[in-house]
Amino acid sequence: MQTKNYISGHCVIENNSVMVNGVKQFELEHVPFSEFAKAAYKNFNMDYPKFFKMDNLSKLAFLASEIILGSKVKEGEDNNIALVFANKSSSLDTDVKYQGSIADKENYFPSPAVFVYTLPNICIGEISIRHKLQSENAFFVFEDFNAEFMTNYANGLLATNKADKVLCGWVEYYQENYKAILYMVEKQGDLNIIKK
Amino acid sequence: MEAKSRLAEVMAKNVYITDTNCITPLGFDVASNWEALLKGQSGIQRFEKLGMLKSFYASVVNSDEIDAAFAPISNENHFTKLEKMLILALAPIIGNYTITNKTAFIFSTTKGNIELLEDKNNTVEAAHLAVLAKKISSFFGFSTEPIVVSNACVSGVLAIAVAKRMIQAGAYDNAFVVAGDAVSEFVLSGFNSFQAMSEVPCKPYDEERNGVTLGEATAAVYLTAIGTEVRPGAVKVIGDGAVNDANHISGPSRTGEGLFRSIESAFTEAGMAKEKLDYISAHGTATLYNDEMEAVAFNRLGINKVSVNSLKGFYGHTLGASGLLETVIAIESTRNNQLIASKGFAKMGVSQPISVITKNEEKEINCFLKTASGFGGCNTAVLFEKVV
Repeated sequence: MQTKNYISGHCVIENNSVMVNGVKQFELEHVPFSEFAKAAYKNFNMDYPKFFKMDNLSKLAFLASEIILGSKVKEGEDNNIALVFANKSSSLDTDVKYQGSIADKENYFPSPAVFVYTLPNICIGEISIRHKLQSENAFFVFEDFNAEFMTNYANGLLATNKADKVLCGWVEYYQENYKAILYMVEKQGDLNIIKK
Repeated sequence: MEAKSRLAEVMAKNVYITDTNCITPLGFDVASNWEALLKGQSGIQRFEKLGMLKSFYASVVNSDEIDAAFAPISNENHFTKLEKMLILALAPIIGNYTITNKTAFIFSTTKGNIELLEDKNNTVEAAHLAVLAKKISSFFGFSTEPIVVSNACVSGVLAIAVAKRMIQAGAYDNAFVVAGDAVSEFVLSGFNSFQAMSEVPCKPYDEERNGVTLGEATAAVYLTAIGTEVRPGAVKVIGDGAVNDANHISGPSRTGEGLFRSIESAFTEAGMAKEKLDYISAHGTATLYNDEMEAVAFNRLGINKVSVNSLKGFYGHTLGASGLLETVIAIESTRNNQLIASKGFAKMGVSQPISVITKNEEKEINCFLKTASGFGGCNTAVLFEKVV
């Protein structure tokens, strides 16, 4: 399939730093993810208290998407931006915590607030709610980032007019190991899609 | 101009489902499942104590019967029950086709082998969905990297849309899609914590419904764009949509916006009038919010007079497998021109009228819609057309 789609913005969060369109915009070394995430949220002047209730996978996905979507989402308009995310560990970080809570029969109180995050696509739901994105969404699991698959899937959504733009990429979180690489694919412009 | 021709090129490629199979408590192939459904048999049974649950209803496949069916396929003993069920679902249909480097392997699940976390001797690595997918795809000799769709309870239906979209994009010629989920304490306790479990076998759309019954199953289908593989009994995948509600992470939209838009998207792609729809195989989890939301969406779309059922009263909610299993059964309905009564339904329990099928009846089915909705606000709708 011939395409002229291009990447209009990207954000990489790893090693306690935030890179926006290739430029390091924030860093906070030697702290756990939860502290880093909170600091990044403040640094980029985000204002969305629900952020603090999210699990770490959702926090990671939220931060990266917020930085890209901030300038792309037009309030009050129908923003047909698809969300297509993938990772390796699914929701296993939260799954392990949830399993720990039900394994202890003396303190057997599974929490619905934890259980709901035992699905990897919840992070997509959080972002959809945040920006009222009533649009195409899908979550995939691969051993490693599958650039070819993501490119084909995003191009397909644009070619069939199921989406005007596609925010896609990798959002991996397991314990303190994490990495987010999100990028926005659009159909205007004349640059070919970059394979990352 | 160019965008238009590209669209035409993508849409021009027809994708068909030509083969199906399923493993459920009602049988280990489509024929035995179909017979049981015609008789109104359900796989749902009452179980005693599990973890802190005193008793519960679930639709569970007998492990000894799985082992007996699996023995002729392989004598290796490192497979979990779910893995055996996935292999059993794929095995009979896989031999009918040639696996090439343009054949996709797509696996849909919500929790995979999650019960492996119960044993501290297992590594967390063992519960990875990609590891499970690789184990199954390697068993059958696939050369392409497995694609795992894990989008909550829409996974099974979305996997069909993903297969079709990737084939139309030219990435693959054909695809085997397999789906599976097992009943585990993990999932039972989770739905229980939400107070979403029914105290009796679930009753989709019924006045007395009050929650889900969980179930386990595997299902498999073969999708192809190769015209010579299409035979009578095949269905064409003519449109799809997978739109989020953007409303709440654990509850569906009251207006059914995401489902409404998913179905609209499927019809737009198919270029088909809604009047041509003969049957809807809906999600129907039997929670108050889900069933009500579906009724609202169907009414908004003007398809509320179309015959609709939920198969949850037979199989329970089999999570990531449900959409694929229910599509397999809906295809069988289409092949037989036979609608199956929605088990558990007696009196209308949703506020807007829908046409729940109350008794098995013969009806010519040329076109049907499969829908699903899940946590995270996700929805998926796929339209199918009979190939004469």
